[in-house]
Amino acid sequence: MKLREVMEILQAEVIWGSHKLDQRVRCGIAGDLMSDVLAFGQPGGLLLTGLANTHVIHTAEVIDAVAIVFVRGKRPAPDVIEMASEKGIPILVTDNLLYRSCGLLYAAGLPGCQLGKCDLPVESDDEDARHHAAAVAKPG
Amino acid sequence: MELSFEVRGLDFAAAGDAASKVKKALQQVGLEARTVRRVAIVAYEAEMNVVLHALKGILRARIEPTFVEIWAEDEGPGIPDIDVAMQEGYSTAPMEIREMGFGAGMGLTNIQRYSDLVVIRSRVGRGTDLLARVEVGGE
Repeated sequence: MKLREVMEILQAEVIWGSHKLDQRVRCGIAGDLMSDVLAFGQPGGLLLTGLANTHVIHTAEVIDAVAIVFVRGKRPAPDVIEMASEKGIPILVTDNLLYRSCGLLYAAGLPGCQLGKCDLPVESDDEDARHHAAAVAKPG
Repeated sequence: MELSFEVRGLDFAAAGDAASKVKKALQQVGLEARTVRRVAIVAYEAEMNVVLHALKGILRARIEPTFVEIWAEDEGPGIPDIDVAMQEGYSTAPMEIREMGFGAGMGLTNIQRYSDLVVIRSRVGRGTDLLARVEVGGE
């Protein structure tokens, strides 16, 4: 799913990174506890959170998240926006609550990030990933 | 190659900078993405532990062809019972730290989850030394 679709589905405002809306997101990870996000995030994922401080940006960087969505209308402070722009991570804000945000994206086809699947190629798009998975699954 | 960073207790503005630099260095030497990620998570949690609990400390990364080691040495309260501290969900962090998304007792758990070897030595009232080794190409 492209980041542009995420924006449309969540009726989100792009705070930074409007030039990166054609990037693809592979899966979603949501939470306000950054240690859990670190543990279960996946490269190419979309991070949804109601926490709006610089730790979120650092965490997104560590897990190679594609973008961050701040839910519940949480608007990040200028230092948070500045850090996101330095690291090149788009940030969006939606008025939707966390549960509804996840539900809308999941219903639109964005799966959840899963533990143990964090070594999929980051750059390739979803189509490539499916071919990759099919090739791996083929016996012999 | 060895990198070394000073980490100050309760300096939340700078928290995460050291881990971020470690990650960039690993990417520059061309380590595979999965190993980079594992080390970055370990380094970030180790750095946050110093920021959350200690007065100050040093975070070091030793980068070798087959492994990367993260060392975190701090001056602080130390850990009275390491086995208890390693339990998932155990935390001594105050509420204001939890409200920042940390201090939920997952730090050492995450370090263990993504490392191949963890050694912790601590003296109460003095400080804690943590060594975590991540094998290149490991799970």
